[in-house]
Amino acid sequence: MATETKAPASTTERTRSERTRRLLIHVGLIGFGLIMLYPLLWMLSSSFKPTAEIFREPGLIPWSFTPGNYTEGWNALQYPFHHYLLNSAIVVAGAIIGNLIGCSMAAYAFARLEFRGKRLFFAIMLATIMLPIHVVIVPQYILFAQLDWINTFYPLIIPKLLATDGFFIFLMVQFIRGLPRDLDEAARIDGCGHVRIFCRIPLPLSMPALATTAIFTFIWTWNDFFSQLIFLTSPDMYTVPVALRTFVDSSSQTSWGPLFAMSVVALGPVFGFFLAGQRYLVKGIATTGIK
Amino acid sequence: MSALLQQRAPQKASSPTDPPKPRTSRGGGNGRPRRENLAAYGFLAPWFLGLVFITAGPLLASLYFSFTDYNLIGDHQWVGLENYERMLDDSRLHSALSVTFVYVFVSVPLQLALALALAMVLDRGVRGLALYRSVYYLPSLLGGSVAIAILWRQVFGAEGLINQLLAFFGVQGPGWVSHPDYALSTLIVLNVWTFGAPMVIFLAGLRQIPRMYYEAAAVDGAGPMHRFWHITVPMLTPIIFFNLVLQIINAFQTFTQAFIVSGGTGGPSDSTLFYTLYLYQRGFGAFDMGYASAMAWLLLMIIGGFTAVNFLASKYWVFYGD
Repeated sequence: MATETKAPASTTERTRSERTRRLLIHVGLIGFGLIMLYPLLWMLSSSFKPTAEIFREPGLIPWSFTPGNYTEGWNALQYPFHHYLLNSAIVVAGAIIGNLIGCSMAAYAFARLEFRGKRLFFAIMLATIMLPIHVVIVPQYILFAQLDWINTFYPLIIPKLLATDGFFIFLMVQFIRGLPRDLDEAARIDGCGHVRIFCRIPLPLSMPALATTAIFTFIWTWNDFFSQLIFLTSPDMYTVPVALRTFVDSSSQTSWGPLFAMSVVALGPVFGFFLAGQRYLVKGIATTGIK
Repeated sequence: MSALLQQRAPQKASSPTDPPKPRTSRGGGNGRPRRENLAAYGFLAPWFLGLVFITAGPLLASLYFSFTDYNLIGDHQWVGLENYERMLDDSRLHSALSVTFVYVFVSVPLQLALALALAMVLDRGVRGLALYRSVYYLPSLLGGSVAIAILWRQVFGAEGLINQLLAFFGVQGPGWVSHPDYALSTLIVLNVWTFGAPMVIFLAGLRQIPRMYYEAAAVDGAGPMHRFWHITVPMLTPIIFFNLVLQIINAFQTFTQAFIVSGGTGGPSDSTLFYTLYLYQRGFGAFDMGYASAMAWLLLMIIGGFTAVNFLASKYWVFYGD
């Protein structure tokens, strides 16, 4: 790389030094990026190494290629790994649908309707964004235990349907406020009720905000460990993060090859969504500021 | 169109001063707001239920439980301030507090400094900006997952990746995650590694600074350092403030990484016993729900306190231009 840009010598001194400066910046940025990503790349490569080699080989090439880690890891726990993947998929799908419905309804009210207590409720909603789950987890657990919901997916899905992720309400409120009101007004004059207006105008026009919500909900719920650890208590209900954790615990002599293989499987969907939804992710953080 | 307007006219008859425009008078106090009240409460119904049963309700309930002794089986007993008094003598709680404070106050400034530095480099019109931004942002998305915590446990283990690399230089590294002096620093490194999210916010903020300020300063002969301290930093203070508040709140709630790296114990010798991890142990290991609730409220007070102090202090250093 370095030799490539040194070649054109016919340019003036000034642009040449400018080029060298730019080249140095790129070399620095690429080098730093590689250091950042090295652990991830190394985990991917190590998931194809025999466990003993993981502890000897800091390089990225799996010399004795071992795809068997994946089959071994897949069947290492009480249930095959696709059982946990399916559980995670159910929880994530429920959470996404819940957030899309619950938060968009609340957002429509805050962005478009006038009602008594609007300012107060909006302030309360903003405050709940900052509320740590650890502060409310004990009474939630007691409530769900009384409903006999422990070890079901309800505690992970129903709160989303009840629009408890204020962050997404805020995101959609900001978005809907940016939409022109004329269409709503026209529909109202044509005699549409609020429900039809909501379904026909702000909702379809808010696709970018809904997509951002879906992607963030996917990634956060897929990675979420704390509430899944607390509410899912038996192995047949375990999701991927909780299952991975038992993997670490179950063997005192951890078999890192299969464990890495399953970790790669666990990260795969997040990485996929990241690639597919980058545009929404970057915009989502830039406008609202939460990772 | 005009026919439609006429149809609507009777509804608006009570406010004769209004010209018949196709805009509804919002909050005009004439029948219309009432209908919107009903519709709005309908749309907010799920949110109200969530407020009562999932967020605000449990928040108040946990304040109540913090004054009781409750182990899920049997009734809860009112014990007054006993849980809070126990906190004063609980040495594990004290180490949990100090571990968490060290983590927050070391990792957040490092993370933000790195985020700002890279945002500034990327803001200079570097080619391939989108690619770099994505690469640096990726760890922010993965950082909180169990899989990454597992990776960290290996990378900083006695025979892990770091020590293999150190061995090249003939250095025999310790078992970082199993040594009480180093275990916390591995988690600090993990948090710094997720600098991508604040970096993206800084980038968006840097875009907002008008170029002419820099040009004017350059004409006046200001050097790069001068421009950084007198243009970039003051113009960026609202963003710095925002990132600071957000990352402090996030860092106080760190759980997964400490849980996985220490196998749920917070060890070695409580050196990674994060506050939330200890809360989990008391609440869901020992089922000491009263004490866990008191801990939850202390956490809320600490986070709320720091956020309030941040907001108060912001008057003195955050610059909101027009």
